[in-house]
Amino acid sequence: MGVEIRVEGLTKSFGRQVIWEDVTLTLPAGEISVLLGPSGTGKSVFLKTMVGLLKPDRGHCWIDGKDMPNLRERDMYEVRKLFGVLFQDGALFGSMNLYDNIAFPLREHTRKSESEVRRIVLEKMEMVGLGGAQNKFPGEISGGMRKRAGLARALVLDPQIILCDEPDSGLDPVRTVLLNQLIVDLNAEIEATILIVTHDINTARTVPDNIGMLFRRELVMFGPREMLLSSEEPVVRQFLNARKVGPIGMSEEKDLSELEAEARLGRDPGPLPPIPPQLMTSDGRLRRTQHAPGEWLRTHGVTPPEGSFIDEMGRDWLQEWPKYVAEMSAGAGRHSEGAH
Amino acid sequence: MARAGKVADGVANATLREPGRFFALSLDTFRALFKWPFQWQEFLQQAWFIVSVTVAPTIMVAIPFGAILSLQVGNLIRQLGAQSQTGATAVLAIVREASPIVTALLIAAAAGSAICADLGARKIREEIDAMEVLGINPLHRLVVPRVLACAFVGLFLNGIVSVVGIAGGYVFNVLLQGGTPGAYIASFSGLAQLSDLYQAEVKAVVFGVTAALVASYKGLTASGGPKGVGDAVNQTVVIAAMALFVENFVLSALYFQLVPQKGM
Ligand SMILES: Nc1ncnc2c1ncn2[C@@H]1O[C@H](COP(=O)(O)OP(=O)(O)OP(=O)(O)O)[C@@H](O)[C@H]1O
Ligand SMILES: [Mg+2]
Repeated sequence: MGVEIRVEGLTKSFGRQVIWEDVTLTLPAGEISVLLGPSGTGKSVFLKTMVGLLKPDRGHCWIDGKDMPNLRERDMYEVRKLFGVLFQDGALFGSMNLYDNIAFPLREHTRKSESEVRRIVLEKMEMVGLGGAQNKFPGEISGGMRKRAGLARALVLDPQIILCDEPDSGLDPVRTVLLNQLIVDLNAEIEATILIVTHDINTARTVPDNIGMLFRRELVMFGPREMLLSSEEPVVRQFLNARKVGPIGMSEEKDLSELEAEARLGRDPGPLPPIPPQLMTSDGRLRRTQHAPGEWLRTHGVTPPEGSFIDEMGRDWLQEWPKYVAEMSAGAGRHSEGAH
Repeated sequence: MARAGKVADGVANATLREPGRFFALSLDTFRALFKWPFQWQEFLQQAWFIVSVTVAPTIMVAIPFGAILSLQVGNLIRQLGAQSQTGATAVLAIVREASPIVTALLIAAAAGSAICADLGARKIREEIDAMEVLGINPLHRLVVPRVLACAFVGLFLNGIVSVVGIAGGYVFNVLLQGGTPGAYIASFSGLAQLSDLYQAEVKAVVFGVTAALVASYKGLTASGGPKGVGDAVNQTVVIAAMALFVENFVLSALYFQLVPQKGM
């Protein structure tokens, strides 16, 4: 079972530089959320503040009834056992090979026998596509491999909360899609609460249940995937559709003259692109917190853009969904009968 | 105005905040010292590593140190007609003062810089953060074994410096300056007492602990990429050396106050 994380009025600054202010959001238990934002808006700082590595100026982060930033050190170490964290650069231990890196949490926190450790480590390494690289050192492998090894280490204790800082940066497009599938499958399997920081638009559009966006020192928006994908808010719209037109410029904010020039030219971001269906688990299981496609849009009276919820094979999920769910639950029913 | 504010800020940082954080770290390390289980493997690895970077330079420094003392003091003493007392100078100079200082400098320079560079590199690669998130206290896991290893190796280095320095002085005095072995040894034991060695060993342990704490503090607070680590190493050597000289003075003063001295 995942754990709900409630962030309230969190504010962080380094000296006089305010990184973000009054961030309030709730990561629902067992759901996948994505945090977006232009480079340098403090996404990594946000993750580190959540696990108590950085102390916020004020605010709370409630996890399992405990206020993470304001805990005593000993209690903090206790709560951290709920977490699996993938750092932006992998943060592998340079003095250990990949096998020992991934075995480290098991050896520290469990009483598993060495053969059991071996089984789990090899399984996780296989899962992230690193089978056969056990004896390599972090200095000897590529950035994408370090990322995947870092992910394997973060997952090895089956954590209830998974934080991933750009799991897909430095990965090729195929590996990125496979990694996304892995995260979705994992979420269905262990029902962890997952927060992913990413710059990959495809990931942001298809993987999460919720999307949040940091910009100009604040959380611009946080909510269900469909809410942000259909949002008219200029920043959100520009970012989620990777457009040049909008408030975000090279130096985070465009200056006034640039915006005026854009207005004079009458440039318009154009119509919203179709909303893609959410990525499903590879074996068709439903996520525990599965939302039906278009549910949020329907309940909020928003008409999705033409062509939404149609997947690569041309299936229209607005139509297919009820049939699919019926089939799945029947399948699950048969399955559990067989198990009895 | 703004600049004055910045300068004041910097001064406050250097005089109050940094030492405050340093002592906080020292205190936390002390508490982590009693946490179970003790990290034997890390301790042995570190001790071996420190030995490997310090022993050769220590000997290379200690030999000329003993010889120079014999040369300088020997000449002076001969002019005063007290050449038979050369051995006594070895006690005063080498066992009491030079060996802790040489030990201190080598620990600060060789061991301190290595510890700081190691921890600093881990810090900027986010290994330390990763360790904390995995529920491991880096003070317990990394700093405590290093501090103890430094203290432990300091003990032995101090012994080496004393033995090698006295031997160097002896060889120089007897073989080159025409002193007699008997007089060297007699005057040596005329002034030497066991507490001289003890106080030097106490100093060596204190210096080892200090250097390791300074290095760990600087390493764990390194920031700003590889350049930041370089700066931290540089500061470690300077700060540790200064701290060790101050401690040396204080400990020597205490020793003379507390322990009765033999007369000549
Ligand atoms: N330890 C620190 N001390 C001072 N400033 C810091 C520190 N860590 C981060 N910052 C500053 O905080 C801001 C946000 O950094 P952060 O790494 O969180 O950005 P990010 O959103 O993760 O960017 P990217 O997408 O490029 O990874 C940056 O301006 C950075 O300079
Ligand atoms: Mg980042």
